[in-house]
Amino acid sequence: MNWRFCLRSAVAEVRLALSPFDPAAEIAGFNARHPHAGGIVTFLGQVRAGGGVEALELQHYAPMTLPGMEELARIAQERWPVEGLLIVHRSGVMVPGDAIVLVCAAARHRRDAFAAADFAMDHLKSESWFWKREKAAQGWRWIEPRPEDHEDLSRWG
Amino acid sequence: MARLVFMGRLEDVAGMGEMAVQAGPVEQVLAGLDPALAVELLGEKVRMALNGKLLTDMGGVVLVEGDELAFLPPVSGG
Repeated sequence: MNWRFCLRSAVAEVRLALSPFDPAAEIAGFNARHPHAGGIVTFLGQVRAGGGVEALELQHYAPMTLPGMEELARIAQERWPVEGLLIVHRSGVMVPGDAIVLVCAAARHRRDAFAAADFAMDHLKSESWFWKREKAAQGWRWIEPRPEDHEDLSRWG
Repeated sequence: MARLVFMGRLEDVAGMGEMAVQAGPVEQVLAGLDPALAVELLGEKVRMALNGKLLTDMGGVVLVEGDELAFLPPVSGG
């Protein structure tokens, strides 16, 4: 049995949330589960207030979205020695202030935790199976990826 | 029957999220659609997945009973 694989595959928790989740509770739970990590990086993406946006919708494609997120977590764990990795991504209609995505990475040293979380976010933004639209006064509008999103991705080679 | 699935803005173009179609070669299925929709589906940035697996080339793909062919425009998450 390949223990290295077993140990590493056991550390990622990946979820697609179809209803609102509480990021503070998720972070507290993650931190409590990783007392041996010297550094924990958490990133929260939320629907920003202002700019005339009344609602944001993220669509997912069930056969591919969660499997793709799990594969992303597997790759991140292969690249950096993280002791724990949590990815929660919403799908559905959200309003300003709602959490969209949460990434927590726990590692012995901080740089690995920063890098794993950064890598996961860049790939969630522009390579995971989600489609986003915003609702403003004029109605719904689909959001295409920005050139910066692809540049962010190219940093990882 | 097989099923076509339209994600993101393609759902608006099609006016529906999915459509039941007769099984058969993909070229034939597309030829039976509204030409304006077919043009969008064949757009350069649109990727296709058959039963949840990305296709690298749709040439020669034949839909059989129960197949699901999804059309995936550029993604935007987070």
